[in-house]
Amino acid sequence: METVIIFISAIFVNNIVLTQFLGICPFLGVSKKVSTAIGMSAAVAFVMAIATLFTWLLQYYVLIPWSIEFLQTVSFILVIAGLVQMVEIIIKKISPALYQALGIFLPLITTNCVVLGVAIQVVSNEYNFGSGPHMLGLGQSVVFAVATALGYGLALTLFAGIREQLELSNVPKAFKGVPIALLTAGLMAMAFMGFSGLVSF
Amino acid sequence: MSRNNKLQIILDGIVRNNPTFVLVLGMCPTLGTTTSAINGMSMGLATMCVLLLSNIVISAVSRFIPDKVRIPCYIVVIASFVTIVQLLLQAFVPSVYEALGIFLPLIVVNCIILGRAEAFANKNGVCDSACDGIGVGIGFTIALTAIGLVREMLGAGSVFGFKFIPGDGALAFILAPGAFIVLAYLMVIFRKLTSDKA
Repeated sequence: METVIIFISAIFVNNIVLTQFLGICPFLGVSKKVSTAIGMSAAVAFVMAIATLFTWLLQYYVLIPWSIEFLQTVSFILVIAGLVQMVEIIIKKISPALYQALGIFLPLITTNCVVLGVAIQVVSNEYNFGSGPHMLGLGQSVVFAVATALGYGLALTLFAGIREQLELSNVPKAFKGVPIALLTAGLMAMAFMGFSGLVSF
Repeated sequence: MSRNNKLQIILDGIVRNNPTFVLVLGMCPTLGTTTSAINGMSMGLATMCVLLLSNIVISAVSRFIPDKVRIPCYIVVIASFVTIVQLLLQAFVPSVYEALGIFLPLIVVNCIILGRAEAFANKNGVCDSACDGIGVGIGFTIALTAIGLVREMLGAGSVFGFKFIPGDGALAFILAPGAFIVLAYLMVIFRKLTSDKA
């Protein structure tokens, strides 16, 4: 049951883009077309699940036993950068079709703060995952990562759909481009605030 | 001439290459930490420290780094400085450390810092890179403070913690939607002001 709450709350209530402001750069950058938005979210989901798995193991089996937690930031970003590179090579070898689809998005993911942000959140005990703040186990961490990625994909795809329409409409000159996109995101964030009573505990 | 040049680099970072309003980089901390003017300013200053130090180091060692592994090398340099800033803040200003939360370690993946390393520091000398770090850092700090100021005024009725309107204010401006909307309007104002000058 707790896992279900974690899952729902990560997608809707604590949506990573619209309530926590992580991953805004790609949210504004690659959201001009629905197809690229879907490609990007798939790549993020893939990397995020693997990265969370590895950084969780790193935290509990290397950093804590050796009491070198202060190296968390450095080691996590290195693991993520290495993983992204490796995933890119493996996908290229195994499935050229998937590589064609995800290829251009993979290098961008290293500097996407969503991946590092989620990796840090699951090993810290300050975050509320829908059932009060606590540490997550390995399984729940991966569930949380996948759900967060789904929430990210949902926000990105919806936003891309709106922006496709926005291209055709007549926007005042000073608002063209980023400002109108930000206003749209603000309205979407307001809509997502409606979910905030969904999970009560 | 040379002094003018350095001044020009700093000014460029604040106005023409303003990281928030013109380049639209580093949006996550810009939106996430500006719930009040103080929080925005501390985030801006923390980022400026990391940017200045990493620009100096990267411009000094970029000749010795092979081209193929330069991005991982830059990330390690940046991550080390972020860790230093993180530990210093935790030791000396724990309230700021608490308020910035996850966005402090996330300075590592702030695209402004890697962007300046790639676009400026690895092509220019140590002095120029330091000026660039200061300029862009100030530009970022000003932007974050401005956003924080507006959100705090509308949302809590106070400026830098001093309350001037009794009551609660419009809570939406402290919450997520306000961040997007305030940034959008400030960006429009900035565009209007700079296009009139040119």
